[in-house]
Amino acid sequence: MAMAALRKEGRRFAPLVSSPNPINAIRSTLAPTEEQVGLGVRSISTQVVRNRMKSVRNIQKITKAMKMVAASKLRAIQVRAENSRGLWQPFTALLGDTPSVNVKKNVIVTISSDKGLCGGINSTSVKISRALHKINSGPDTQCKYVVLGEKGKAQLIRDSKKDIELIMTELQKNFLNYTQVSVLADDILKNVEFDALRIVFNKFQSVVSFLPTTATVLSPEIVERESEAGGKIGDLDSYEIEGGETKSEVLQNLAEFQFSCVMFNAVLENACSEQGARMSAMDSSSRNAGDMLDRLTLTYNRTRQASITTELIEIISGASALEG
Amino acid sequence: MLNERTRTRLGSTTQQSPNFAFTLCGLPDSKLSKSDQNLLQSISDLPIRLISETPFATMFRQVAHRLLTRSTTTYSAGAAASIRRPYSTEVVADASSGDSAFVEAWKKVAPNIDPPKTPIQYMEPRPPTPSTLPSKLTVNFVLPYAAELSKAEVDMVIVPATTGQMGILPGHVPTIAELKPGLLSVHEGNDVKKYFISSGFAFVHSNSYADILAVEAVPLDRIDPAQVQKGLSEFTQKLNSASTDSDKAEAQIGVDVHSALNSALTG
Repeated sequence: MAMAALRKEGRRFAPLVSSPNPINAIRSTLAPTEEQVGLGVRSISTQVVRNRMKSVRNIQKITKAMKMVAASKLRAIQVRAENSRGLWQPFTALLGDTPSVNVKKNVIVTISSDKGLCGGINSTSVKISRALHKINSGPDTQCKYVVLGEKGKAQLIRDSKKDIELIMTELQKNFLNYTQVSVLADDILKNVEFDALRIVFNKFQSVVSFLPTTATVLSPEIVERESEAGGKIGDLDSYEIEGGETKSEVLQNLAEFQFSCVMFNAVLENACSEQGARMSAMDSSSRNAGDMLDRLTLTYNRTRQASITTELIEIISGASALEG
Repeated sequence: MLNERTRTRLGSTTQQSPNFAFTLCGLPDSKLSKSDQNLLQSISDLPIRLISETPFATMFRQVAHRLLTRSTTTYSAGAAASIRRPYSTEVVADASSGDSAFVEAWKKVAPNIDPPKTPIQYMEPRPPTPSTLPSKLTVNFVLPYAAELSKAEVDMVIVPATTGQMGILPGHVPTIAELKPGLLSVHEGNDVKKYFISSGFAFVHSNSYADILAVEAVPLDRIDPAQVQKGLSEFTQKLNSASTDSDKAEAQIGVDVHSALNSALTG
């Protein structure tokens, strides 16, 4: 009895011993006098499982915290994104929406996030950008990328490095506001020649759904061309132009303003989608961690009970061997 | 009817589950007729089934019932998407050539990926030009961070176009006007609301819809005249002492804005 008690104590405070192989363990249960070998095996299996449980529990706590952080950030930015939705609507009402316009110089502006762990939204944006690139690059047309955000850059730089004109990262370091986005838009407009700008982003519909969207902004020359050709912008001629010396000057300003407005909304919507996607990714991650923890707990208990049973058998058979 | 009472009621329910249902706060003012409400009941049953049974599901369902506005999602195949939020009224992809041509081209290149949506699918279509002169002007006055006026029916709007103050009445000829910093006034009956805007654009459409976009707008009573005077004198000084073209241009802009502010406050 004293031996058994001592053995139990030893097991609890035994440091991690190098694991003997499992065959040894089986032999030890059959040979009840072999105490040391059986002791080593028992403590290791529960120790390993316990370590695993500790790390999974930590991961669960971290992902839960990240989810809360994403939820609070989402709250803040969602209000702003919704308020900015009125900004692009007048342009679409005036100029229509022409994603299938055929132009020589296309520029695809891909908006992505800087940080990861946000689900699949960045991959979706990149996939859409690549498909748009394929649609719009023909024998006499060219198609370039402007990438906003680290994750988009990492994916696009792998196979389209020569097509990338401009890369901008760390947009969200400072609070996103219209001034910053208009400076960005100015940058793009100055450095990149374009006939049509196609902005690819994820529109925030709800916390669980994000719609990949592409908004098209045409340069003033193309607007004139399309309005002459008829179609959706056909009645642009019926509009009187007030201000500026020439119509083209006003159209130029209009195109630039349109681009900065659409970019502002796009950047906000994408940021919203990023936070929402992160929230759901972290939520499913914590749930998975919880499931894993449950399974590990069962394994741990089973192992623990098995070892107790083994020990009991050993003691009892040892005692009966002494008597009989 | 989605009104103040509903909003406060929603506000109280959302306290139970702040981090999720909070996202559903903030409704526009929209009115639903009885028939629409019945229609909505049947529509809302559709998407709700597709939400996974999360802990927030019951909360979401309650709130979503009240939140669905009159949208044309009855017809759209996009009813398969999740709950419609009140702001993103989705219209089914236009039958117009642009969108279908785009979808066609897309399917050829990437048949396995759904084509992205385009902004026109998120907008309510504008009403066509009426045959008789409408009595009111519908104004959308938007800023980057807020929509000041959304579909407000007013009598007249005076905008500061670069060619001078321009008055817009119902039935105005379609116009695209570039705006300079100045006073914007919205006349509704005997009410006049005055804002100082810092440039933007104004579109007047043939169906008596006016869209005014401004980068920044402030109601006049929030402007401090003393600061305006100070700024004006400061920028005039800078203009006189400016050396490079860009400095001169910046100082000129400052002078323009401040003198416009001045005249807005006094005039």
